[in-house]
Amino acid sequence: MPWDLKSDRPIYTQLVEQIKLMVFSGTYPPGSKLPSVRDMAQEAAVNPNTMQRALAKLEEDGLIITHRTSGRSITEDASMIELAKTKLAQDQIFEFLEKMRLMGFDQKEILTIITTMAKELK
Amino acid sequence: MSTIFECSGLTKKFGSKTALSDVDLKIERGQIVGLLGPNGSGKSTLIKLANELLTPTSGQILIGGKQPGIETKKIVSYLPERTYLNDWMRVQQIIEFFSDFYDNFKPEKAYDMLKRLNISPNDRLKTMSKGTKEKVQLILVMSREAELYFLDEPIGGVDPAARDYILETILSNYNENATVIISSHLISDIEKILDYVIFLNQSKVVLTSTVDDIRDAKGKSVDLLFREVFKC
Repeated sequence: MPWDLKSDRPIYTQLVEQIKLMVFSGTYPPGSKLPSVRDMAQEAAVNPNTMQRALAKLEEDGLIITHRTSGRSITEDASMIELAKTKLAQDQIFEFLEKMRLMGFDQKEILTIITTMAKELK
Repeated sequence: MSTIFECSGLTKKFGSKTALSDVDLKIERGQIVGLLGPNGSGKSTLIKLANELLTPTSGQILIGGKQPGIETKKIVSYLPERTYLNDWMRVQQIIEFFSDFYDNFKPEKAYDMLKRLNISPNDRLKTMSKGTKEKVQLILVMSREAELYFLDEPIGGVDPAARDYILETILSNYNENATVIISSHLISDIEKILDYVIFLNQSKVVLTSTVDDIRDAKGKSVDLLFREVFKC
């Protein structure tokens, strides 16, 4: 997956989001080892200190485990990943609902549109 | 973290013209720092002072605790804005030259990078395009295992693809204890690899901040902020 960094937000928060997506999508499956900070920084073409900061945040969130001697890996705790995934979904939906509200839709209308579209997609 | 570069009350005047005025800075080890400012703001003057090509009118510079001189030149690798290499020389000869000059120069690193950029060690500098010459110079500078790198406009004359390669070279060749100070106008190209930015304007430091703090506080990139601060 290519790294896509926007210019209006801190780089490290964007790295956090993209690494999370890679975990959810299975690019980095549970328990798998992560490349070194340096390699990851180089791949994303960012400063290693920024990548370090992103990984520290992911560790704080419990998605990444740091081993004293053998680098970092993704947590094996599937519930942890599920939790983070739900949280990300909630964030996205919250943002979406905010936008819809700005357009003047109420909750019922939004749900109707979503249900109709979901049916069409099937 | 310890300080690698420090200046206090640093002032440089050329006759009645002030190029740098009372600059105080402190830069830690292990960082990539962008020295940004419009033309004539004092970027190159600061870098030249640090390399003892100029001497301060007043104030002082300390590099690893020492004033610029023989000892600091051992740990500082400098890419000047203009080349000082003889253009009749072949790349190979220049590499030998650098090996003689600097204990910490790694020829194998240089050859490796030349190969990746498809530059033949047998070519003479004068047969090369401006961009290729710049690449060769940067390779020479980054092949030293220095503690402090000063890169004065390292990506000015090269195409965007080579620019990416050069930034990658900077990222992969500096070690965690080294600091890289890059001056450039091409902010959007370099801001992703910077920890820290210093804005210079009319011989003074007007802003020092981390890149992410700027994005956090202002909701915009360093490039955009620069365009606003220095709007003509």
